[in-house]
Amino acid sequence: MKQLPLFPEQASTIAGRVDALFYFLLIITGFLSLLVVLLIIYFAIKYHRRSEAERPRPVEGSLPLEILWTVFTFGLFMVMFFWGASIYSTLAHPPEDALDIYVIGKQWMWKFQHSGGQREINELHIPVDRPIKLIMSSQDVIHDVFVPAFRVKGDVIPGRYTTLWFQATKPGTYHLFCAEYCGTQHSGMIGRVIVMEPAQYQAWLSGNVIQQAGALTPSPVMTGEAPTSGTPQGSTSPAGVTTGMAPGSAAPLAEAPGTGAAEGSLASAGEKLFRDLGCITCHRLGTQGRGPNLVGIFGKSIALQNGETVVADENYLRESILHPQAKIVAGFQPIMPPYEGRLSEEELIQLIAYIKSLK
Amino acid sequence: MIVDRVEPRENYLNADYGIKSWLLTTDHKRIALLYLVSVTLFFFVGGVFAVLIRLELLTPQGDLVQAETYNKLFTMHGVTMIFFFLIPAIPAVLGNFLVPLMIGARDLAFPRLNLASWYFFILGGLIAIWAILAGGVDTGWTFYTPYSSSYSTTYVAVTILGIFLSGFSSIFTGLNFIVTIHRMRAPGLTWFRLPLFIWSLYATSVIIVLGTPVVAITLLLVAVERILRVGIFDPALGGDPLLFQHLFWFYSHPAVYIMVLPAMGVISELVATFSRKNIFGYRFVAFASVAIAVLGFLVWAHHMFVAGLSVYGAMIFSFLSYFVAVPSAIKVFNWTATLYKGSISYQTPMLYAFGFIGLFTIGGVTGLFLASLGIDVHVTDTYFVVAHFHYIMVGGTIMAYLGGLHYWWPKISGRMYPEGWAKLGALVIFIGFNLTFFPQFVLGYLGMPRRYYAYPDEFQVLNVMSSAGASILGVGYLLPMIYLIWSMRYGPRASSNPWPATGLEWRTPSPPPTENFKETPVVTWEPYEFRPREEMEVIGKLNINDESG
Amino acid sequence: MAKSHSTVLAHHFDSIEQQREASSLGMWIFLVTEIMFFGGLFTGYVVYRTIYPGVFAEGSHHLDITLGGINTVVLITSSLTMALAVRSAQMSNRKSLVIFLILTILLGLTFLGIKLVEYGHKFRDHLVPGFGFSYPGPEAGHVELFFVFYFFMTGLHALHMVAGVGVLTILLILAGRGLFSAEYYTPVELAGLYWHFVDIIWIFLFPLLYLIGLHLKGS
Repeated sequence: MKQLPLFPEQASTIAGRVDALFYFLLIITGFLSLLVVLLIIYFAIKYHRRSEAERPRPVEGSLPLEILWTVFTFGLFMVMFFWGASIYSTLAHPPEDALDIYVIGKQWMWKFQHSGGQREINELHIPVDRPIKLIMSSQDVIHDVFVPAFRVKGDVIPGRYTTLWFQATKPGTYHLFCAEYCGTQHSGMIGRVIVMEPAQYQAWLSGNVIQQAGALTPSPVMTGEAPTSGTPQGSTSPAGVTTGMAPGSAAPLAEAPGTGAAEGSLASAGEKLFRDLGCITCHRLGTQGRGPNLVGIFGKSIALQNGETVVADENYLRESILHPQAKIVAGFQPIMPPYEGRLSEEELIQLIAYIKSLK
Repeated sequence: MIVDRVEPRENYLNADYGIKSWLLTTDHKRIALLYLVSVTLFFFVGGVFAVLIRLELLTPQGDLVQAETYNKLFTMHGVTMIFFFLIPAIPAVLGNFLVPLMIGARDLAFPRLNLASWYFFILGGLIAIWAILAGGVDTGWTFYTPYSSSYSTTYVAVTILGIFLSGFSSIFTGLNFIVTIHRMRAPGLTWFRLPLFIWSLYATSVIIVLGTPVVAITLLLVAVERILRVGIFDPALGGDPLLFQHLFWFYSHPAVYIMVLPAMGVISELVATFSRKNIFGYRFVAFASVAIAVLGFLVWAHHMFVAGLSVYGAMIFSFLSYFVAVPSAIKVFNWTATLYKGSISYQTPMLYAFGFIGLFTIGGVTGLFLASLGIDVHVTDTYFVVAHFHYIMVGGTIMAYLGGLHYWWPKISGRMYPEGWAKLGALVIFIGFNLTFFPQFVLGYLGMPRRYYAYPDEFQVLNVMSSAGASILGVGYLLPMIYLIWSMRYGPRASSNPWPATGLEWRTPSPPPTENFKETPVVTWEPYEFRPREEMEVIGKLNINDESG
Repeated sequence: MAKSHSTVLAHHFDSIEQQREASSLGMWIFLVTEIMFFGGLFTGYVVYRTIYPGVFAEGSHHLDITLGGINTVVLITSSLTMALAVRSAQMSNRKSLVIFLILTILLGLTFLGIKLVEYGHKFRDHLVPGFGFSYPGPEAGHVELFFVFYFFMTGLHALHMVAGVGVLTILLILAGRGLFSAEYYTPVELAGLYWHFVDIIWIFLFPLLYLIGLHLKGS
C-alpha cells in the first residue's frame, strides 16, 4: 500500500481541516453523482425503446421540481462556500507570534533566511508546533511554495511580498514543490521542509549560525545582551535603538540563551546597511529627522499626505524604500530618492527586518 | 435503419467541383467542412504532443526528452488543443453547418465574413505551426508574465500572433451567429421554439464577442513588451504581473464556457432525439445557457486564489464561482429527467451523450472542490486541476463533439456510419479517457504539481496508469477517424431524417442542397414535438382525465 | 426601384429590410468588440495611473496640448461632416454626399498628419519606448510606461482612423457611381457609425492622456 497512497500525509494544523472539507465534498458530490448515474441507467433500461414506431407521451417540465433542485443545490453550495472560506480566512491571517522566515525564489532554487541570519538553499528547517510565517518574494518570475503535507500553497511574486503561514504538527521531512511554472528547470525547483523537535531545532540553529556567521557576515560581535525571556516580544533591546548598536537580539529566534545567534542576524545586517546607505541621516532614531521616525512603525496605521491611511506592513516598507514618492507620510516632504534597482532582494529583506526590529 | 436508394440529384457537395469551388465558397456548409478538416488536423498535432507528454511521464526521471523540450510539448499541446481545436470545434464545424439549417435560413447573415473567418483561422494556425517548427514555445498556454514577457527565449511573439489572428476568426463566427439568430429565423420560429443547440451557440457567441478582444489586446501587450523591452507586466520594469492574470482570465475563464456551452447544446439535441422526448424544462435549460454566459464573466479571479488576492476579493470570487455552477447542475438534472418515460435507444450518439453526462458531472463536481477556497489552496496548480479540466474539455466537449458528429453525419455526408464500429469506438474512448484522467485526481490531491517533467518516485504508479489509459484513448480516437472517412464512400445512403428527429435540418434532403431549403419552412410547432400536434392535443385531454385519479 | 433592389440584395436574404437590419446589427456587435478591445487597454492604463499618479502626470506634461486640442476639434468637425454625408445619402443628394465624404476624408487626413507631427516631436525628444527612450530623473521607467500606453492607445486609434479613411474612400468611389440613394444607403450609415465610434474613442483618449494633472501644473 505504500506504493499507491491515496491521500497525502497530514502534518500541519490546517491539514486536518482541509481534509475534513475534502471528505465532506467527496461524500456529498459522490452521492449525488452516483444518484444521477444510477437514475440514468435505470431510465435507460426501464424505458428502452421497444419498437421503432414508439412515440412516448411528452412530459412537460415541472416548476416545483426545478425550484426544488435549484434551491437544494444552491444551499449545498453555500455550505461548501462558507466552510472553504473559513479555512481560507485562517490561512490568510498568520498568528501574531509566528516565526518570520524570509523566502526568495529564483530560477531555479529556494533561498530561505531565518531572522537569526541563518541561510539555507532548498532546505527549510523549522520547529514543530510553532506557527511559521513565510515572507516571500521572487528575484525573477513567479514561483510558488507548495508543501502538500501542510496543505498550503502561495505564489512568490517578483516586486512584492506575499505571505504564507503554517504550523507543523509532526517532525519529519516533507516535499516542498514549486507549483507555478517558472521555466526550464521548474520541476527541479524542489526542496525539503525538515520539521524538528524544538531542542534539535535550537541545536541546528546554533550549529548553523556559527558556521554561517563566520562565512557570510564577518561583522564584529557587538551585542552583549542575550535575551533571557522565552517570548519573542520580551526580547526587545531598547539599547539597540538609541545607541545604534546591533538590535539583533530583537530577532525572535534568539531565544536560546548563550548561543550568540543574534550576531549575524538579518536585523543587524540591515542596521549596517541602514547606516552605509545614509538612511540614518534623515530617519533618525528616537528623534524626529527629515524623514519619519521608524521606531515602532511596523504594523502601525500611518496617515498619508493625501488623507488616506495605510498599515505599515512589509509591502508598504518595500514600496517606501523603492518608490518613496508613491505614498508620502503626512507632514513630510517628498525628498527621498527611489532605491529601485539599487538594492538586491536580500538587502531589502535585511532593511525591513531591521525596521521591524525597531521597537 | 431507413435508407434511401436514390441518389439526391443535386446537393451542396456535388453542386460544384474543384479546389477553387471549395476555397472560395461562401456556402456555410462547405465552410463547415473546411473547418472540419482543419480542426481535425490540429487535433492530430495536439494529440501527438499529448502522446509524447504521457511517454515522458512513464518514469519519474526526465529521460525521454530534455526539460526544455517537455515544457514546449505541454505548451504546444495546450495552445493547439485550446485555440485551434476546442474553441472552434463545435461552433465552427457543427455550428457553421447547422445554424442556418436549424433556423430555416439559406445561409449565415455574412457569408463572406464566414469564409474570411476560416482564412484567419488557417493563417493563425499556420503561424502557430511555424512557431512550433522554428523551435517552439515554452511558456504554458497561459503565457504568465513576467516569464513570457521577459524570460522565455522561445517563439512567444510569433505564437501570440497566431493566436491573435485566430481570435478574429472566433469573433467573426460569433458575430455572424448572433446576427443570423436574431434576424434570419424562419417565419414562426420564435425564440422559445429554437433548438437548444441554437440557444447554447447564441450564449457562446456573446461570450466570444465580449471576451476575445480582451485577451487579444492582452497578448498583444505581452508581444509589445517582449519586442520593445518595455515594462508593462514585468515588475523589474515597473509593471504588474498580476494585471496580466486578471486580463487573461477575464477572457480565458469564459473561454471554458466557449468550449463547453456548445457541447451542452449538442447533448440537449441528442438526449431529445434518442429518447424521443421534449427536453424536460426547456426554458430552464435555455436560460441556464444565458446565465452561464453572464456569470462566467464574473469568476475569473478564482484562478488566482493563491496569488495574493485580498481575502474578501477571494471570497467574492469563490461565492460567484458556486453561483455559476448552479445552471450547469440544472442542466444535468433536466437531461436526466428528460429520460423519464422516454423511448430510449442506444445508438452511438446517445452513447456519447450518456458518456458526456457522466464525465461532465465528474468534471463539474470537481470544479466545486476548486471553487472552495480551503481546498483550492491545496489542489490548485496540481494534477487535480489538470484532471478537472480534462474531464470538462475532453470528457465534455470532445465527447459531445463526437456525438454530434455522428448524429449529424448522415446530414453532412449523406451516408450512414457503421454502427458497430462506432459503438466500439465510443466504448474504447470512454474507458481510455477514465483510465487516463481519473488517476490524475489522486495524483493532484497527493500533491504532484502540474507541468513537471520529472517527479518524485511515489507518484510513478498513478502516472503509469494514466499513460496506459492514454494509449487506449489514442486508439479510441483513431477509430472514428478511419470509419467516418470509410463511410463517405461505402456507408449506406442516409434518408433525410434517419433517426427520426424533429429539427428543421431534418426536413431537407441529406446532404442538403446549396440553398438548404427548396422553400422557406414555416414553423407552427413547438420544439422537440415527436408526435403530430393533433394527436398531442387529444393526449393532453386524456392525460388530465387519466392521471387525475 | 425594383431593379436597384435586386442588385444590392444578397441571395440569402428575403428582403432588403432584413438585409439592412442584419448589417446594422452586425456593425453594432462589431463596435462592441472594439469597445472591449480598447477596454483592455483602458483598464491597464487606469491601473498604472492609480499606482503611479505623479509619474503619469509628469509624462502627460510632455504632450502637446495645443496640437491635441486642435486634433480634437478636427475630429469632432469630421463627425459633423460624416453625419451630413449620411443625411445626404438618405436624401438621395449625390453631389452633397460626395462633398461631405471628401471633407470627412480630408479632416481625417489632417488629424493623422498632426498626429504624425506629434510623433515626430516625441522621436526628437527620445520619448518613444523601444526606440532610444531616454528620460532624465529617477522615475524614467514609469514615465516610459506612460509613453508605452500613450503610443499604444493613440497608435491603435490612428490605425482605426487609417482604416476609416480607406473605407470612406471606397464609399466615395461608389457614391460617385451613384450607388447610394434613399432606398439603399446602409454602407454609408454603417461607415458613419464606425467613424463616430473612432471619434468617441479619441474623446476619451484626449483627457486621459493629455490633460492629467493640468490643474497641478497651473498652480
